[in-house]
Amino acid sequence: MKRFAALFARIDQSTRTTVKVDALADFFREAPEQDRMWTIALFSGRRPKRAVNTTRLREWAAERSGCPLWLFEEAYPVVGDLAETIALILPPARNQSDETLSYWVGYLRAMADRPEAERKQQVLAAWDRLDATERFLFNKLITGGFRIGVSQKLMTRALARATGRPEPELAHRLMGNWTPDTATWHSLIEAEDAGADASRPYPFYLAYQLEAPPETLGPPEAWRAEWKWDGIRAQLVLRAGEHFVWSRGEELMTDRFPELACARDFLPEGTVLDGELVAWDGAAPLSFSALQKRIGRKTVPRKLLAEAPVVLLAYDLLEDAGADLRARPFAERRSRLAELLAPVPDDAPVRLPAQLAVRDWSDLAARRADARAARAEGVMLKRADSPYLSGRKKGDWWKWKLDPLTIDAVMIYAQAGHGRRANLFTDFTFAVRDGADLVPFTKAYSGLTDAEFREITAWVRQNTIERFGPVRRVTPHHVFEIAFEGIQASARHKSGVALRFPRMARWRRDKPLREANTLDDLNAMLRIHG
Amino acid sequence: MGRQPVLSFTPRGIYCAAGDFYIDPWRPVDRALITHGHADHARAGHQRYLATPSAAPVLRHRLGDIALETAAFGQTIRIGDAQISFHPAGHVPGSAQIRVEVAGEVWVASGDYKTQDDGLSEAFAPVPCHTFITESTFGLPVFRWAPQADVAAQINGWWRQCRAEGKTAILGAYSLGKAQRLLSMLEPDIGPILTHGAVEGTNRVLRAQGFTLPDTVPVTPDTRAADHPGAMVIAPPSALGSAWARRFGTVSTGFASGWMQLRGVRRRRAADRGFVISDHADWDGLLSAIAATGAERVFVTHGYTEIFARWLAHIGLDAAVVPTEFHGENLDSEALE
Ligand SMILES: [Zn+2]
Ligand SMILES: [Zn+2]
Repeated sequence: MKRFAALFARIDQSTRTTVKVDALADFFREAPEQDRMWTIALFSGRRPKRAVNTTRLREWAAERSGCPLWLFEEAYPVVGDLAETIALILPPARNQSDETLSYWVGYLRAMADRPEAERKQQVLAAWDRLDATERFLFNKLITGGFRIGVSQKLMTRALARATGRPEPELAHRLMGNWTPDTATWHSLIEAEDAGADASRPYPFYLAYQLEAPPETLGPPEAWRAEWKWDGIRAQLVLRAGEHFVWSRGEELMTDRFPELACARDFLPEGTVLDGELVAWDGAAPLSFSALQKRIGRKTVPRKLLAEAPVVLLAYDLLEDAGADLRARPFAERRSRLAELLAPVPDDAPVRLPAQLAVRDWSDLAARRADARAARAEGVMLKRADSPYLSGRKKGDWWKWKLDPLTIDAVMIYAQAGHGRRANLFTDFTFAVRDGADLVPFTKAYSGLTDAEFREITAWVRQNTIERFGPVRRVTPHHVFEIAFEGIQASARHKSGVALRFPRMARWRRDKPLREANTLDDLNAMLRIHG
Repeated sequence: MGRQPVLSFTPRGIYCAAGDFYIDPWRPVDRALITHGHADHARAGHQRYLATPSAAPVLRHRLGDIALETAAFGQTIRIGDAQISFHPAGHVPGSAQIRVEVAGEVWVASGDYKTQDDGLSEAFAPVPCHTFITESTFGLPVFRWAPQADVAAQINGWWRQCRAEGKTAILGAYSLGKAQRLLSMLEPDIGPILTHGAVEGTNRVLRAQGFTLPDTVPVTPDTRAADHPGAMVIAPPSALGSAWARRFGTVSTGFASGWMQLRGVRRRRAADRGFVISDHADWDGLLSAIAATGAERVFVTHGYTEIFARWLAHIGLDAAVVPTEFHGENLDSEALE
């Protein structure tokens, strides 16, 4: 674990991408094969089966450190990460270990089926052999969610650096259902037949938000438009007599959407579709909240299947008759897709959404204003001659959302509400990042559900750093998407801007602090919209 | 019952009715006893000040021409019906705990303190008392400081690496206390040590008092990185990433603070390195300090007050949180730490 811990320290100490890529590339050149494989697996969201649940982990860590559980639970939200809380709260280790990352992965897997008392002894013994950083990583192996500042993209770049292979090829090789048990370094990275894994999806191409007026995109004839659906982005892969449904986060969701199984009856082998999963009322999408009931359910009760049936609105064809179409122009892929879906019956779970005419931009802007009526959240613009790229790349795909402006901001102050909400924290001050600082720029009061307000209230109580009368300064941790109608320069505000009708559009639990927007982003919005 | 408490918590600060004085008040008062020179403890506008002789020069440096009397560590002074004395708090040079005795009952207001001896500040000395007022900046069991020598080795190792890579190391630290402590930990043979004006101002004051600090080169508008290869720059945190720092060309940035213990804070700070070192007591330090006073009653202020007080109650002490309005104004505890 020492080599892996050193890698982690190099990555974690730096905010610079080049340093992280160098550190990972060095690791991929030098580490033993099994450690390299597990590193790729971990940084692409694959982890060993959970050997201990987090409740037990907390109890054991509290017991070992001589803290009552309540004290542990108070410290946890301050630290913000369970693996880290445990690593910090335990007394210093009495022994040490020179074992590798794969050894500790194996250690955890071997104990997964043992009785609890034995697992406890094993975990306590491990804690007593690992230093603080190694312990943190060991705990992360158990709890999962290996988000330590290395995106899959960054890792792929490092792998490209270390192996001399092109990044897009590696990105595709790393997709799919492999694990360090089913794949070797050779089969995953080097083997010439990259089609070994039938389930493997293609790296998703992600659109940018269109901030400038569409006229900046040039003549409308070069573009195709369709509604921007508010669903779950997914690829449907039909190969080897099976079907696979992949999320954008590269999560295999096949079992969660059993209605897609019958796609095999209509569509040929060697087909890969890209589209949006939405809950469907027979003619149009249901609200996102209907779909939300289906997310996170591994198995779907019959009643829910009937209430919120899901269809794939397929808008792109990535593989046809086993051939990779991604380099072909979008317009060509799309017409081939239309041919493929033409014979598919109307009640099938795969549908071809209509395209919107792009006669001129003002005409399309008028259509876009009706997006809500179509139960869409805006318009997607795709360049007719564009290939299907991978990752978020500017230029060919744009989402032209209905919501005028949003920014992801950090909550830094909280204040209790009035009347009905007097016992809740409902008034918040938000900040954008400016280098190492946080610059407050707006307050917002509305937009969360009562349940969310209750949850954030409990959190605020536990994470108050300072109090000034009714106002509490809280640990900067939670990121919220702030939606607003307009932005103006303002000398009265420290940030230099004033917002019109700011509100909390959603709680971005998925976003770490470092992904919140910056003062530069805010100023860029001011230049464009102010 | 019915008797005035020795000290009480008022909107102006900690008040002693028997002596009619305040400790570290934040609104103007007639008589202020000051534990140390940090901005959240020593404010302008009081009629009369009392502090230790070693805190006095910094107070004058920061607050200008104030009516300041001094009391040596351990010297007992009578104010009204109270006997008061100052005792080392180990927080920064000159920092004190204040002991107040009225009719045989002893309270100690400890201000900010740390139990680790930093080799520069007068080392913390526990003062037996009935009631102890403690801070709780790091009052959670996840805060545990490494020995100072370990942190010194990390910082000097980073400096050497920067020098080898042709970078200037810039270390952010609060200009009173932390900056001088870090200076005293540096190995001057690695390279030149440059200081920001705010840090150098305090250095000058402390050197004149007889504190030993390594030689430093104040940064001026003409300072260029090329003239000081392999330099370490000590500057207030706000100077990192500012226009001021640009003169140093390729830099590696570091922060030195107890908050660097937390990965989330380290990453938010977006510095290249975070060094875990604090002028406040860690969890074990707080508990050992409280135990050493023998106090039965503890008031908890500044920090994780509720949690820490609950723990003190759990281990059998009569603990209470200082009322919430008693936390002063908006100050960034992270920057001050
Ligand atoms: Zn202080
Ligand atoms: Zn303080």
